[in-house]
Amino acid sequence: MTVEEIVAKLGLQVLTGQAALQREVTGGYACDLLSCVMARARAGNIWVTLQAHANVVAVASLLDLAAVVITEGVQPDAATREKAEAEGVALLTTSKTTYAVVSELARLGIAASA
Amino acid sequence: MAAAGSSLGSNEAPPGAIPVTKSQELVYELKIGDIMTRQPITVGPDCLMSELKEILRVKRISGVPVLEAGELVGIISLEDLIVALERGETGARVGDRMTRRVQTVYADESVIQAVNCFARHGYGRLPVVDRQGHLVGIVTQGDVVRGLLRQLDVQWQEEEIHRYRASHIFEDIESDQTGLVLRYKVVARDFVRGGEASSKLKRALERLGARPQLMRRVAVAAYEAETNLIIHTDTGGDLIAEIQPDRIRVVALDTGPGIADVQQALQPGYSTAPDWIRELGFGAGMGLTNIKACADEMRLESRLGVGTRLEAVFNLTLEEQRRPRDS
Repeated sequence: MTVEEIVAKLGLQVLTGQAALQREVTGGYACDLLSCVMARARAGNIWVTLQAHANVVAVASLLDLAAVVITEGVQPDAATREKAEAEGVALLTTSKTTYAVVSELARLGIAASA
Repeated sequence: MAAAGSSLGSNEAPPGAIPVTKSQELVYELKIGDIMTRQPITVGPDCLMSELKEILRVKRISGVPVLEAGELVGIISLEDLIVALERGETGARVGDRMTRRVQTVYADESVIQAVNCFARHGYGRLPVVDRQGHLVGIVTQGDVVRGLLRQLDVQWQEEEIHRYRASHIFEDIESDQTGLVLRYKVVARDFVRGGEASSKLKRALERLGARPQLMRRVAVAAYEAETNLIIHTDTGGDLIAEIQPDRIRVVALDTGPGIADVQQALQPGYSTAPDWIRELGFGAGMGLTNIKACADEMRLESRLGVGTRLEAVFNLTLEEQRRPRDS
C-alpha cells in the first residue's frame, strides 16, 4: 500500500513531501523517543508520533522512512516543514491519537516492523 | 521543485515567467573567454590581399583581425577579399580594405553579448579583447554552439563522474593503507541542525557505494553520537568518520564535562538528560545501547572535567567491500 492510499483512507493532511506519496509502505512503527525509532524503525516504514520538531525529519531521512504521521493535532513549525520539504520527507498530520492511527493502519494490513 | 532549475542569478522568477531552458541559462553563465578561439590568426595592415587569400584558404577561415604594433586596428573578411578579387586588386594592402570600426566583445562578458551581436549586426566573427583592449581571441557562431554543447555534456557527466570516482577511490589511489577521514563539527544545544552531520556522512557513504544495510548501521550510530554531543557537551565536539576499504570507524570527541561513571552510562535506559530535552524525544538513555547494537566494536573513554571519546568500529564483510555495481 502506498503512502497516498493511507492518506486517503485515514483522512490525513499532507504537509510536505508530495513526491514521497507514491512510496510503498513496508510496515509501521509508533514511538515518541527518537532513540527507539532509530533502533527499531526500518526503511519504508510509516512512523506514528506526537513529536513534531526538526529532529523528526532528521530521523525519518536517516532511516529512509516512507512517511511520518504526527498525531493529536500537533503542528510542526515552519523550520521543520522547510527541512522536511528539502529532504523530501512526507509529514502527515491528523487530530486522531497515536493509538487510533495505529489501529487503523493495522486494519489496513500495515504490519509492525520486525 | 521547479523544473527550470536555477534561474539567472536570482531564485525568484516573476509570476508567469517562461521556464528558462538549460541552453538559455548557459548562454548567460558561460563567459566568452570560455568558448572563444585563443591566439587567433592575425595579419598586419601591410599584408597584401593576395597573401590574405592564401592565409584564408590554408587555414580555412573566413576572416582575421588586423593588428598594428599589437593594437587591434581593423578586421578583414572573405567578403572584402572577394570584392578585391573582382576588381583585380589583389595587390592592395589589407590596411586599405579592412573594416576600421571593429565591433569587439570582452572576454569576461556572458556569451549572450556575442549572441546578441551576431543577431543584431549579422557579423560572422567578433574579436575578443580584455579590459585593456588587447586582442585575446576570436569568437564565431560555431564557437558558441560548440561551447554550449561541450558545457551541457560536462554538466551531464559531472555527477556520474563524482559518483564513479568516489566509488573507485580505494582502487584508484594506491597506498599500503588508504583511508578517507571526514570531520564534522557539532554545536552544543543546536537541535535545529541535529542530524546534519550524520546525514552528510550517510550521503558520503552513498557516493562511495556503501551497501544500504551498512549505511544504516553507521547512520544510526553516527546520529546517536551526534545527538550526545548536542545534548551533553559543554561546547559541542567533533564527529569523525575514518573510512577504509575494510572498515569504518566513527569517533565522537568532546572536551567536557565527561562522564562520572562510564559503566553506569552504558546501562540501557540510564539517562542524565533534563526534562526539557526528554520532551523533545531525546534522552531515552538508549543512545549508547543503539551504537553498541549497530557497531562491531564500541569503546567509551571518559574523564570528568577532561572529555569523552567514543569510538564505534564497523568491519565490512567481503560482500560489503565490493562495489554494488560489480555484483
